[in-house]
Amino acid sequence: MALLLKGARCVDPAHELDHVTDIAIKNGKIKDIGQDLSIDKGEVRDMSGKVLVPGLMDMHVHLREPGQEYKEDIASGLRAAAKGGFCAVLAMPNTNPTCDTGSIVGFILNRARQSCATRIYVAGAISRGLTGLELAEIGDMYAAGAVAYTDDGRGVQDIGLARLAMDYIKQFKSPVLSHCQMEDLTAKGVVNEGVVSTRLGLAGWPAAAEEIQIARDIALGELTGCALHIQHITTARGVELVREAKAKGLPVSCEVTPHHLFLNEDDVDTSYDTNMKMNPPLRTKADNRALQQALVDGTIDVVATDHAPHAAHEKALEFELAPFGCTGLETALGAVLTYMVHEGTLSYGQLVERMAHAPRALLGIKPVGLKVGLSADVTIIDPELGWVVGSDGWESKSTNNAFNGRSFQGRATDVYVDGFASMQDGVVS
Amino acid sequence: MGGLSSRHLLEIEALNSRDIDTIITTAQSFKEVNERVIKKLPTLRGRTVVNLFLEPSTRTRTSFELAAKRLSADAINMSGSALATVKGESLVDTAKTLDAMDCDLVVLRHAYAGSPHILARTMRARVINAGDGKHQHPTQTLLDLFTMRQHFGRIEGLNVGIVGDVAHSRVAGSLLPALAIMGASATVIAPPTLLPARPDVLGAHVCTDLDSILPELDVVYMLRVQQERLGRSPFPSLREYAQLFGINSQRLATLKDEAIIMHPGPVNRGVELSSAAVDTAKNLLLYQVSAGVAVRMALMYLLLGGEEDGFAA
Repeated sequence: MALLLKGARCVDPAHELDHVTDIAIKNGKIKDIGQDLSIDKGEVRDMSGKVLVPGLMDMHVHLREPGQEYKEDIASGLRAAAKGGFCAVLAMPNTNPTCDTGSIVGFILNRARQSCATRIYVAGAISRGLTGLELAEIGDMYAAGAVAYTDDGRGVQDIGLARLAMDYIKQFKSPVLSHCQMEDLTAKGVVNEGVVSTRLGLAGWPAAAEEIQIARDIALGELTGCALHIQHITTARGVELVREAKAKGLPVSCEVTPHHLFLNEDDVDTSYDTNMKMNPPLRTKADNRALQQALVDGTIDVVATDHAPHAAHEKALEFELAPFGCTGLETALGAVLTYMVHEGTLSYGQLVERMAHAPRALLGIKPVGLKVGLSADVTIIDPELGWVVGSDGWESKSTNNAFNGRSFQGRATDVYVDGFASMQDGVVS
Repeated sequence: MGGLSSRHLLEIEALNSRDIDTIITTAQSFKEVNERVIKKLPTLRGRTVVNLFLEPSTRTRTSFELAAKRLSADAINMSGSALATVKGESLVDTAKTLDAMDCDLVVLRHAYAGSPHILARTMRARVINAGDGKHQHPTQTLLDLFTMRQHFGRIEGLNVGIVGDVAHSRVAGSLLPALAIMGASATVIAPPTLLPARPDVLGAHVCTDLDSILPELDVVYMLRVQQERLGRSPFPSLREYAQLFGINSQRLATLKDEAIIMHPGPVNRGVELSSAAVDTAKNLLLYQVSAGVAVRMALMYLLLGGEEDGFAA
């Protein structure tokens, strides 16, 4: 089976590619890259005006299966990923039961095989049941295919266990993904501590609660030698800590979500919109600026969504009772294109680094790229396509998106995984 | 009658200074009615007011109930324990149920900030916030403003000190923005552990030394120490709190002649106020209670009075 994608601007800084060219795909691999290609038989598609990049990956998603299939399941989550332009996702372990044994890892991988073409990778829990008390069976999960470990949703509170985990996990050469939140300081917090907590009479969640754990985990990373990846970083000071660690040559990386890049506490207004309730919370405008700058300069390695679907009836509760989180798979690319690429602050090359290459490199999984012989995992973007978030529905089962109603410019139209279309002309297959 | 610029009273910022003047002026006439032998007016006859109190409250609920009954409205009280909410019904569904019964006004007291917005979005009825979590208590604020206006003849330019647990106080949450709207000066006086993260956002100056500021204040507004709400205590002991931030006889003597003490009640005698400071003529807390009924009558009248259908006349 052969496919010829003609006339797209093909961008891959890893292979010093950024020009209009044709790409031929055969048997799931990139067969040829060059001008005026032709194929004897197969499908030829005109991609002029589009931007073709190595397949994007979101290394932070909650697919809710097993256990909370009313919010999302593996099938709907993988379709949402395709719709958003992603070829691959990393599923977080806070399912029910928790993904803390090899058999649950196996279950998730098997379910994904019955779903659309989006690739799934699995993160296992650090602690049994995410209780933060004792190590989960990390080696068992590794053997079953897990590629990273995290108690995401909670920070590991016990510093002794955090150290033990990093010491243990480094034997598998997998990174620890760290959700940074010292619960003694966040307590019952639901919004950033400061202007918004004061104005709305809501319990505050101080930036220091995140920054203290970032500093702690960097120190533990140095102590143990384990690779450390800071999840959903939100503050200027957190970014500074990562910058210092990188300058010292430590194996530390971090990710940022689109909502923390582009939204801030001023978006949590007296309408008490629960789609703006996140963990960690939306911070300040100054933090937005620092995060965007750090994404450009590479201090932040990855854009990841923390896709956190919740049912409508859960988000319709009082702000203090509603669950944390928003969906992100279907809006991340549009947000980054609209607010950074089209603004001229982030290049397509940088977008490819942060959304395709860096996540795979950090997780030590098979790289993608626009190079002959590599897997045909590609994302094709229509950079001019204007759309209103939510106006044409969702592939996700949930609609709790923080960008609802905003106008975006640019969207993925086609996604190929191993040469198979998971989305074609905006329609997920 | 001018009415108000807002359909609901969800938070104090919905009102401008003209609205607040209108409410105070209207409340003055209702206060006279309340001092008569026959206290009932036919104004809201046939209208239905639901007091939806999902958090325990006696004085506020009683005040609203009296206000509605004195205006001849049919007042229904629904309290948390009697409600479906304890059986797992959501606030949205409770609101839809009440809406289906054609209520005209819902007065909501709830433990969660912003909950009146959920009602206002879901129902046709007007909504009054009777206290939402740690956010605001706007009708308390209106009766406080009424009290200040009656005593000083003005609100603008008054120097108001709010003493105590500002961080957890919905009373302060609405009083502070209201004082800014009315052009008064506000200072919060408390240990830092009882202050919100950014008092400046609410227009407040900050002082941690009560004795230094007391002689300058026109209004000393004492907040209740909410012992039931605090987890790990934000101050070492009630004794130390009373020493540093309580009003006692010595401190009473340092007040300006015309200064007043206010308190939203109920008082912890011997903590924020000594008995002498409760019982002094300077303390207007019972006047506040009385003003509360009149102000709530005024608010109900202004929110519902303009809306009459064909049968009413």
